[in-house]
Amino acid sequence: MSELLLEVTDLHAYIGSPRGVVKAVDGVSFEVRRGEALGIVGESGSGKSVMARAIMGLMPARSARTGELRFDGKDLLGLSKQDLRQIWGPEIAMVFQDPGRSLNPVVRIERQLTEGMRRHLGVSRSEANSRALDLLKEVGVPDPERRLRAYPHELSGGMRQRVMIAVALSCEPTLLIADEPTTALDVTIQRQVLDLLRRVQRERGMSLMLISHDLHVVAGRTDRTAVMYAGRLAEIGGSHDVFEEPQHRYTSALLGATPSIEHQRHAPLDVISGSLPSPTDPPAGCRFAPRCAAASAACETEQPPMVDVGAGHAAACFHPVNMKEGELVGR
Amino acid sequence: MAGSGSAHLRGDAAILSVEDLEVEYHTARGAFKAVAGVSFDLLPGETLGIVGESGCGKSTTGRAVLKLDPIAGGRVRYREDDIVAASPNRMRELRRDMQMIFQDPVSSLNPRRSVKELVMEGAAIAGVAKSKRDAEAPEILTQVGLPSERFAEMLPRQLSGGQAQRVAIGRALAVQPGLLICDEPVSALDVSVQAQVLNLLEELKAKYDLTIVFIAHDLGVVRSFSDKVLVMYLGKTCEFGDSIEVYARPAHPYTRGLLDSVPSPESEEGFAGPALGGDIPSPLSPPSGCRFRTRCPIAQERCATEEPEMREVRPGQYAACHFPLD
Repeated sequence: MSELLLEVTDLHAYIGSPRGVVKAVDGVSFEVRRGEALGIVGESGSGKSVMARAIMGLMPARSARTGELRFDGKDLLGLSKQDLRQIWGPEIAMVFQDPGRSLNPVVRIERQLTEGMRRHLGVSRSEANSRALDLLKEVGVPDPERRLRAYPHELSGGMRQRVMIAVALSCEPTLLIADEPTTALDVTIQRQVLDLLRRVQRERGMSLMLISHDLHVVAGRTDRTAVMYAGRLAEIGGSHDVFEEPQHRYTSALLGATPSIEHQRHAPLDVISGSLPSPTDPPAGCRFAPRCAAASAACETEQPPMVDVGAGHAAACFHPVNMKEGELVGR
Repeated sequence: MAGSGSAHLRGDAAILSVEDLEVEYHTARGAFKAVAGVSFDLLPGETLGIVGESGCGKSTTGRAVLKLDPIAGGRVRYREDDIVAASPNRMRELRRDMQMIFQDPVSSLNPRRSVKELVMEGAAIAGVAKSKRDAEAPEILTQVGLPSERFAEMLPRQLSGGQAQRVAIGRALAVQPGLLICDEPVSALDVSVQAQVLNLLEELKAKYDLTIVFIAHDLGVVRSFSDKVLVMYLGKTCEFGDSIEVYARPAHPYTRGLLDSVPSPESEEGFAGPALGGDIPSPLSPPSGCRFRTRCPIAQERCATEEPEMREVRPGQYAACHFPLD
């Protein structure tokens, strides 16, 4: 068994729109190891959610995927809908941002939890029911016997997200993709759900892809972190390294724009001027060049390659942070 | 407190003074108090951050100051005016001086008006002549970072979230207010855009001597943006004090729990301290005594029977807790 669970190689995911082809994911490569938690960070328009859907095979109509997606030795891009149904659940499961809309509003929690198990694991109804109860206990739903009989609207947002996680875990996936799982939740509840994800990931030895717009959310609770910008990977590395010693200018600018606990009262925050490039007609060179304070002529014409700075920490930047002026990395 | 009391008020020097404010909502399941005895005040030029989770009443409090929600009890004074007693006509005049910015910038703008018209909307209602409005619009747009040549004729749907929020800020400033109430003004924006809008607010605040109420659920944003902070829970106040001191040394267990829920990549487990258990209770049937007691790690018997009042725990720092933290 290979140590690598998911290998994404030069993945492109394009979506047709009235304004032209949106290059939502435009050449992204990375891998997810068995049992590791990988964070994916990016702002709106970075392509992080489309990438998750591209991996799942949940692309909208009028879209195309190219590149290579290998999961546990299988080529995901070549699979039919039929084959994908065998993958969804027992191999890859997903948790979405809005737990209110992911659960069926007219079906009791118990059936939503047992449906997948009955289908994929071939267990009896009574066995599935007893496993459903265990799952609710595992994700920390209080009074689980009663909640099994409840409908989604009878639960709070935090409880619904716990139930969603239980549904995702029900078929014992090897990879769980959580796309902004706590964005709709209050801070103290977000905290509980993040703790829960980390705990089940460790206890089950499962791989986790935790997608968030907030680098702080991801950095403290994943092993490695990838930073996306405008459809491309800006940086990837050990979460601690990416946070403490960001290499890409975008990563450091993003961190600088977040108010820290040391920030002086009323002092201006560092800003990233300008806005995201057009997703239908992105810049020829580095996608971040038009907003980057360190950009040089090369950045505008050439796409910087991913360069490893050691310990698996790599960035696609000609002028990484702390590099002397005039020096170019990766050419 | 989650309790009541007004020991932290600073008297006549305040430009806005809210005492024992109550706001009631009526639902099919009966009436409940979304705000149940909240007090705070602001000195001229101060920024007060109001933080708390869903259902704590922070937005309702902001709206009630402008009487956008009916006030069920308590006193609100703005400069010399008693807001509770003010007539609708007087309120219309006062709202010129007390402007509000909302969370969702795009839906708070009329989709059929151009940016130029939108920023001068308040001035138009105030009776400023069209020729004067047309002359002033470019300057206001420039001040909020939207060059007039490019943006004046645009419609809200052509703007990004950050640009729309700049229009909302420009519209509020065009009538030269004394008080600006910002209800989650950057929550819908990306981090990089958030910083731009926060810097703009700071800049304009200094330039126009604004007093600001800044309502937010994101604790990180509030600390350095505010002078004072008010922490709310389920319609009650928990803590009030200098924002940087409260963050450094919270006295109320809820404030502590909130701060420990902010992701901190520096610490081993990703957070600075233990998690708060449980869920936020329904405001329809709040717990007796201290409303926070059902989730409080140090709650005692007394907390269930006696509602704590705001009292000074350190110079300038007030908490509504029977057992404040050191």
